[in-house]
Amino acid sequence: MDSVERPTWAPGDIDLGRPSIARVYDYWLGGAHNFAVDRAVGDRVLADVPVLKSVILNHRAFLRRAVRHLLSQGIRQFLDLGSGIPTVGNVHEIAQAVDPTAKVVYVDIDPVAVAHSRAILTGNELVGVLQTDVRDARGVIKSPEVRNLLDFDRPIGVLMVALLHFVPDSDDPHGIVAAYRDALPSGSHLAVSHAGYEDGEWDPAWDDAKSVYNRGVSEITYRRKQEVQALFTGFELVEPGVERLPLWRPESPDDLDEHSARFLGFGAMGRKP
Amino acid sequence: MTEQVDHRVATPGRSNLDPAVLAGAESFARTWATAVIGSSYVPMTRAEVAEHLQALTEVLVHALHASPFRTAPGYEIGARLVDAHFTGTDTLGRTVQLLGDDLLGELGIAPDELMRSRLAALQGALSAGYARALRERTLAEQEAIRAAVLDARDQAEAALRASEARFRAMFTEAAIGIGIADIEGRILDVNQALQDMLGFSVEEMRQYNIRDLMHPEDGSSVWRLYDQLTAGECDHYRAEKRFRRADGEQVWTHLTLSLVRDDHGDPQYQVAMIEDVTDRHLLQNRLRYQALHDPLTGLPNRALFLERLGRVFNSRARRRAGLCYLDLDGFKVINDSLGHDIGDRLLVEVGRRLDHSVSGEGKLVARMGGDEFVILVEGSRDTRDIVDVADRVLRELESPIRIGGHELTVSASIGIVERELAGTTAADLMRDADITLYWAKADGKSRWALYDPERNAREVARFTLSATMPAALERDEFYVDYQPLVRLEDSTVVGVEALVRWQHPEFGRLAPDRFIELAEETGLIVPLGRWVLRRACGQARRWLEEFGEAAPFVSVNLAVRQSRDPELVRDVKRILDECALPPHHLQLELTESAIMGTADEPLEALRALSDMGVRIAIDDFGTGYSNLAYLKHLPVHELKIAGSFMEGLRAADEEDAVDAQIVSTLVQLAHALRLGVTAEGVETPAQAKRLHRIGCDTGQGWFFAKPMKPEDIDELLRR
Repeated sequence: MDSVERPTWAPGDIDLGRPSIARVYDYWLGGAHNFAVDRAVGDRVLADVPVLKSVILNHRAFLRRAVRHLLSQGIRQFLDLGSGIPTVGNVHEIAQAVDPTAKVVYVDIDPVAVAHSRAILTGNELVGVLQTDVRDARGVIKSPEVRNLLDFDRPIGVLMVALLHFVPDSDDPHGIVAAYRDALPSGSHLAVSHAGYEDGEWDPAWDDAKSVYNRGVSEITYRRKQEVQALFTGFELVEPGVERLPLWRPESPDDLDEHSARFLGFGAMGRKP
Repeated sequence: MTEQVDHRVATPGRSNLDPAVLAGAESFARTWATAVIGSSYVPMTRAEVAEHLQALTEVLVHALHASPFRTAPGYEIGARLVDAHFTGTDTLGRTVQLLGDDLLGELGIAPDELMRSRLAALQGALSAGYARALRERTLAEQEAIRAAVLDARDQAEAALRASEARFRAMFTEAAIGIGIADIEGRILDVNQALQDMLGFSVEEMRQYNIRDLMHPEDGSSVWRLYDQLTAGECDHYRAEKRFRRADGEQVWTHLTLSLVRDDHGDPQYQVAMIEDVTDRHLLQNRLRYQALHDPLTGLPNRALFLERLGRVFNSRARRRAGLCYLDLDGFKVINDSLGHDIGDRLLVEVGRRLDHSVSGEGKLVARMGGDEFVILVEGSRDTRDIVDVADRVLRELESPIRIGGHELTVSASIGIVERELAGTTAADLMRDADITLYWAKADGKSRWALYDPERNAREVARFTLSATMPAALERDEFYVDYQPLVRLEDSTVVGVEALVRWQHPEFGRLAPDRFIELAEETGLIVPLGRWVLRRACGQARRWLEEFGEAAPFVSVNLAVRQSRDPELVRDVKRILDECALPPHHLQLELTESAIMGTADEPLEALRALSDMGVRIAIDDFGTGYSNLAYLKHLPVHELKIAGSFMEGLRAADEEDAVDAQIVSTLVQLAHALRLGVTAEGVETPAQAKRLHRIGCDTGQGWFFAKPMKPEDIDELLRR
């Protein structure tokens, strides 16, 4: 995420000389919505930590499973925070395949990702795109894109997939989550996937990759299971609670392997009572 | 999104397949799924992927057996893989390898030449279809992301243009003056408001450096802060600053200067926001001037004077200072008789003359109110400096002032205080100057008086006494001593003089000379005198009771004010009655001036007292200017010759012939008028003997007895 110290009226930087986290993700997911600088960083990180590829795919797969679960709970409105480049398997595709009237608002700070989203969503009246800093919960909630599309008298599914590990403690992730929580109607859900590990699991060999990632893409803050759980203050955790990402409601036993239990990240969903 | 993929590929002729082949196809599809899952993100569950690949496998089966044989289905399968987002680079390799290794075996097809050849052809077609679809997809996505970049840039630029336009409008239209300069101080741009404010065009301003706008009256902090700002040590500051306009006029401004830094935090520009506060400044100046000046004379007023005086004391830049506190003599009369208008014009002229005669560094003339003025002299060398000022002022006021046909002569009284600043305060100085002005008035006006700390101390003590006297009378702090009056012929005590004392709780025993005059001034002498009279008469009555005809009369002093009290006769009569004292046991002593200088009424009173039988004595006779011819008509029984004449009779060998002659003459005069004579201040046997020889009747003095308590008089009488 870019620094957002600028005033809200100022346009974001569009500097193609610097990698964009949204485009690096697209590259890892097999898309071509990216540039050489994005691919170079993506390749360097992958070379150091090959497992990262499966990590990325797992976050994307979690998004799919989470949206499908929310749909099964009757939720038809979605707020996808940090949505990135719409590659494949986007929230509105998953949701509208089940219910063509489902509504989605995508929020990202990357102006290119947002421009691309707007281009391919032209004509889809049930999907909105908002360019802003998702840390500004009040700004997001009060935005016309959100207010015009989402009905705050009915439950909303808020998605923070592979998002909060880019929010350092100094930016008060708890406060951000709480601000969204307070604005949501009862019955709303929050889905979070988050990079993390438990004590003793860190492989020192990953330090280089971490620093490449931090410098090239974005500062990443790993959190322990307990810390992820703490983000759900004010929510009732949905079964199975905070779990290793592949183990959170897997679709098939075949999707699991011997690494799943030590997967470098957690998934969880909570319901606002 | 538009890239939505229909991954539920139709399975043409599925039912046509032999169940064994179908099972083989299913098995292959599962292996295929396992091989390619994870090579890229596909938005499907594992089961959905397997289902999808099984459909593609069935297409392959049909293609292998088709007649005529075509490679198009292989091409289509390659494209479908890409459509389903099997875009990872490993997908194609693993697929082609798996087809070659496992497909024929899984399907139970004999790997003969024909089938191998067909499979190879289909593999090739699949690869080509995949490559073409991937290339198209990649190009489309690259196109899309570039378009998105352009869109985003357009939007960003539009937003930037809009914000620039807003800022340009804000800069141009702002009512506050705004200027931008680089860090060396070169002016880059100024808005219209600033051009109007300073009267220079933007082109002219660009010729200037910020430092060219320095004004001689700028506070030192303005440019010190400027240096700190351009050095990057502070980010903004505010200051009051004057500018010179193009037309030479001055503009007072409120300036805010801010530093603009670049991305690295280095100073880049400086932005000045300048508000024209000239009107406010002038108004403030006028209000301040009005608040600190007297509207009538235009001189500094009391507030400004006190402020300046306070500053003299606070700064201690000077060692000494002096004040002339000045008040016109008889101004009230002029005001009342000629009217306030004339009075005001007189004050204006006096103010003008004062200002004219007192000028120069460290001197301030102020009007304190009414007809009071004050002159402050800072840094005087000694008292002489201030006296010079006072003399100059008095001289300046000597020439008459002509106002509206009147020729007015005014004089002034001036109190002068001049001293070292150390050890005193502004309030002390003011108070002492005020007191001294009062002295100048009391000493006769049209003059200056110099502050005298001893005089002040005396006055303070006098004031304290006079203020505490009424309460003292109530608290019985006064008492009466008696001094015998002795008949010279046989040394018999014929009378006693009542002498009042004050046992003061703070100052101790006080003789009458310390407080009688004060009591005269305040009027307390009347009740005090009445109290003494009652006390003395009461005592005389007791002596009368004890000693009968041998009892002495009491001689009580009557102050001038008492002698003029209309109640005097009634008071005396009532007291005599109350004490049951025969009137001839009371003698009242009056000074020459009290008797001689009086109008008729007091004389009437004396005559009434005399008629009543009370003896009247003239005290201190010989010191005033008595009208001797008049003496014979006065109701007087006794002359008391002042003690000062006794000096010359002190000793036989030191006799002063003149004094002796005077006393002798006075005695003859008294006897000629049939008056008794008492000599006061008799201190030696020689004096007593001589006085007796001269023919004096009675003596009083330390030679006979000092004033004493009534009990001691008792002792004397019993002897």
